[in-house]
Amino acid sequence: MSRTPLDTVENAAATPDVELPWAELGMKKDEYERVVEILGRRPTGAELAMYSVMWSEHCSYKSSKVHLRQFGEKAPQSDALLVGIGENAGVVDVGQGYAVTFKVESHNHPSYVEPYQGAATGVGGIVRDIIAMGARPVAVVDPLRFGAADHPDTKRVLPGVVAGIGGYGNCLGLPNIGGEVVFDSCYQGNPLVNAGAIGVMRHEDIHLAKASGTGNKVILYGARTGGDGIGGASILASETFDDAKPSKRPAVQVGDPFQEKLLIECTLEAFKEKLVVGIQDLGAAGLSCATSELASNGSGGMRVTLDDVPLRDSTLSPEEILMSESQERMCAVVEPEKVDRFLEICEKWDVIATVIGEVTDGDRLEIYWHGGKIVDVDPRTVAHEGPVYERPYARPSWQDELQADDANKLPRPETSDQLKDQVLKLVASPNQASKKWITSQYDHFVQGNTVLAQPEDSGMIRIDEETGLGVAIATDGNGRYAKLDPYAGAQLALAEAYRNVATTGAKPLAVSDCLNFGSPEDPAVMWQFAEAIRGLADACQQLGTPVTGGNVSLYNQTGEAAIHPTPVVAVLGVIDDVARRTPVAFQEDGQLLYLLGDTHEEFGGSAWSQVVHDHLGGLPPQVDLERERLLAEILISASRDGMIDSAHDLSDGGLIQAVVESALLGGKGARLIVPDGLDAFTFLFSESAGRAVVAVPRSEELRFNDMCGARGLPVTRIGVVDGDTVDVQGEFALPLDELRTAHEGTIPALLA
Amino acid sequence: MTARIGVVTFPGSLDDRDTQRAIKLAGAEPVALWHKDKDLKQVDAVVLPGGFSYGDYLRAGAISRFSPVMETVIEQAKSGMPVLGICNGFQILTEAHLLPGAMLGNNHLHFICRDQKLRVENADTAWTTDYEAGQEIHIPLKNMDGRYVADEHTLDMLEAEGRVAFRYVDFNPNGSLRDIAGITNEAGNVVGLMPHPEHAVEPLVGTGRTDGLPFFTSILKKLVNA
Repeated sequence: MSRTPLDTVENAAATPDVELPWAELGMKKDEYERVVEILGRRPTGAELAMYSVMWSEHCSYKSSKVHLRQFGEKAPQSDALLVGIGENAGVVDVGQGYAVTFKVESHNHPSYVEPYQGAATGVGGIVRDIIAMGARPVAVVDPLRFGAADHPDTKRVLPGVVAGIGGYGNCLGLPNIGGEVVFDSCYQGNPLVNAGAIGVMRHEDIHLAKASGTGNKVILYGARTGGDGIGGASILASETFDDAKPSKRPAVQVGDPFQEKLLIECTLEAFKEKLVVGIQDLGAAGLSCATSELASNGSGGMRVTLDDVPLRDSTLSPEEILMSESQERMCAVVEPEKVDRFLEICEKWDVIATVIGEVTDGDRLEIYWHGGKIVDVDPRTVAHEGPVYERPYARPSWQDELQADDANKLPRPETSDQLKDQVLKLVASPNQASKKWITSQYDHFVQGNTVLAQPEDSGMIRIDEETGLGVAIATDGNGRYAKLDPYAGAQLALAEAYRNVATTGAKPLAVSDCLNFGSPEDPAVMWQFAEAIRGLADACQQLGTPVTGGNVSLYNQTGEAAIHPTPVVAVLGVIDDVARRTPVAFQEDGQLLYLLGDTHEEFGGSAWSQVVHDHLGGLPPQVDLERERLLAEILISASRDGMIDSAHDLSDGGLIQAVVESALLGGKGARLIVPDGLDAFTFLFSESAGRAVVAVPRSEELRFNDMCGARGLPVTRIGVVDGDTVDVQGEFALPLDELRTAHEGTIPALLA
Repeated sequence: MTARIGVVTFPGSLDDRDTQRAIKLAGAEPVALWHKDKDLKQVDAVVLPGGFSYGDYLRAGAISRFSPVMETVIEQAKSGMPVLGICNGFQILTEAHLLPGAMLGNNHLHFICRDQKLRVENADTAWTTDYEAGQEIHIPLKNMDGRYVADEHTLDMLEAEGRVAFRYVDFNPNGSLRDIAGITNEAGNVVGLMPHPEHAVEPLVGTGRTDGLPFFTSILKKLVNA
């Protein structure tokens, strides 16, 4: 066996004609040529490894960058924003000296290939982003989308994903407080596994990913580096699936939540003692990303000795070490005199820590292996100056036809019995059914601060035990709406998450998003993407909630078939006293039910059109952001002043879905009267936005009505909390037991 | 004068700070103990909290039971110091043979998190005197390996000696034999259970119930009156 000589910088300069496997690493020819141009010579194998992963779609945002800029350009003025887009996660001021960091990311492709590990490491990655900001993680949320609930492959993917999220998050001691589970055949070969996390810190504890101070040491700590996940970002996350290629399973990383728990505790202890100058987690693109980003963001250069990286497998090549996505690793920059203490803390927590390099006064990132220099690059060209594509985009030819296929013209129920049957069918349909079988596999209680968790409208965590200060988070997205109109669909996702936060009594402050789309090389998909971002950026500006960061997942496509455009939006809110939070469940018989907002005939993309007619067409509900803002203000005031005892936002499934959920959670029925001017069908099933149902104690009726009247919010009395049936007067009455059986039986029957 | 109650943190402990909070709410003084440290800092009682110590690798509790701190805990428990094991703590107590039996994976093979109804079968242990025998309470349950098993002889002995401290009511969440949720040693100073009383101490968080608080007030009274 012959051994090839080490491909050093010197060697590369001397052997310009050596062919490198840039195509196998997922690079395009012009991208490779650009690297040669930057370096003035061919890259070494190690340099090529770094550029290929860092310039991948997943890491470089090369197709999305030109559109994402709008989040910055249109960002509303907000005093709350402490750290914006570009860092590991955004940071928001929530008052009393506290700062909250939160972010949503995708782990879609790995979770399809290997559901358990793919989903587990998705949780691990987002949690490390939170720690890297200096915060203690306090909760996670998981917006999930799968293929049809009754498809055999869904039974392979979903239980693995759910077990992976639980297996990892539960073991970290993070309550899982929210998220979504949606089924649609468009996600059959491309499930969306998005993961969100929230962390809390004091303002002065915010940390950033930068390497500054010549002579400061670069410490790699956490798990040893192995051969798992090599090329995960470039290969898995940045290409469409193609059955002809060999199995991609080796590109999925394997998680060790126990190691991550130790990493959390040891990092927080090091922060507490102010030992850390800069910090970066190792996620996609591993050491390539951590070293180039730290160096690029800092003031100097960096020298790294790759031989010092602790390995799980001693046969790994330097290229593999640079590309490995082994989990549970972090990189810290520490002043020389504090290194001993830092290592001591790591030892206390049985975490392996090694000095692998130092900050230099130059502007180069230099990496050595067996005494030879194998990387010598300007780190900015790796981390921040990757290719930018102005991908062509065009409104798809089928869009007009889709919008013309009006759902409002679908046959409607003609008798009370039909109406009743459709209600039962709706609340039992996989998307509208109870997800308890899934969420009961997640720990909601650990850390002892969970005020609200799913199926509440938003999750809520107490962050100060003395004052009762808390934060709420909701994630929402509706691919069906976005398919009909990506601009409006993205705004509706934001509006729903914003409304959900306000419904629990919290004031919406900031946004993170996870933008899941098909292939950017398809102009129709690119149009959807561009429209969705434009819609979201415009809406964030109008609602005054800046985007603090997020993630783009492209190539969610099998062959020609792309997923529905699925922007998932997370809204973070703050509540001064969690004792004032508003739950979904009906609390007391006799309380009055009010519908807030206007109801129109809006069935395009609705749950009703899907469940009853298997139809997708027409236009999504109209967006009125000023109405959303007013509704939110009313919900927050009503909660603070004790005027309402329960509230539920209206979204997919319409009013009847919301009322059934509140009734089942509270174990109390409702008598509903169809208001004047509406027919029973529209009243029950329309999905008009900007609405909520609230339960008002009789003693508060006058005050509540006066407030709504004074501020100009339409309010309609629609019934009363009462008994053990949901009774729509003049139409039908459904016993809670029957509704419960329908609502709670579906998911276990399909998946257990 | 109050009681000092230690809470051990093992690598991978998760509910350690929550247990300290519950102890404080009950009016006692929580004391953090570290797994590598044999010194119990002169506490009057010890709680082994929930979590996934050592990632539940090998078997839940199997590695932690060899921690330096456990040497002292085992020794003092045998001479009467009250010890409560919650969830992973219960698993450690069985691995350490301070309590009989063992925990297997839930019979449905899933992690389960729910508000669980229990019956207090023994209100005479160091940790249960503020309950009444037969009282039904709701305590959150959250675990992967909660199925209590022991041989028939041991189960009969536990029943005969009144050492089944808690039993699942209405719904057995994991396949535990004879619906056993928690047990005590013969002397009544060592108690282990799978549900988490420290998560039922405040009306505002968790399930909104306070049915778990009597664990901590029971021990406080016992220690202060001793």
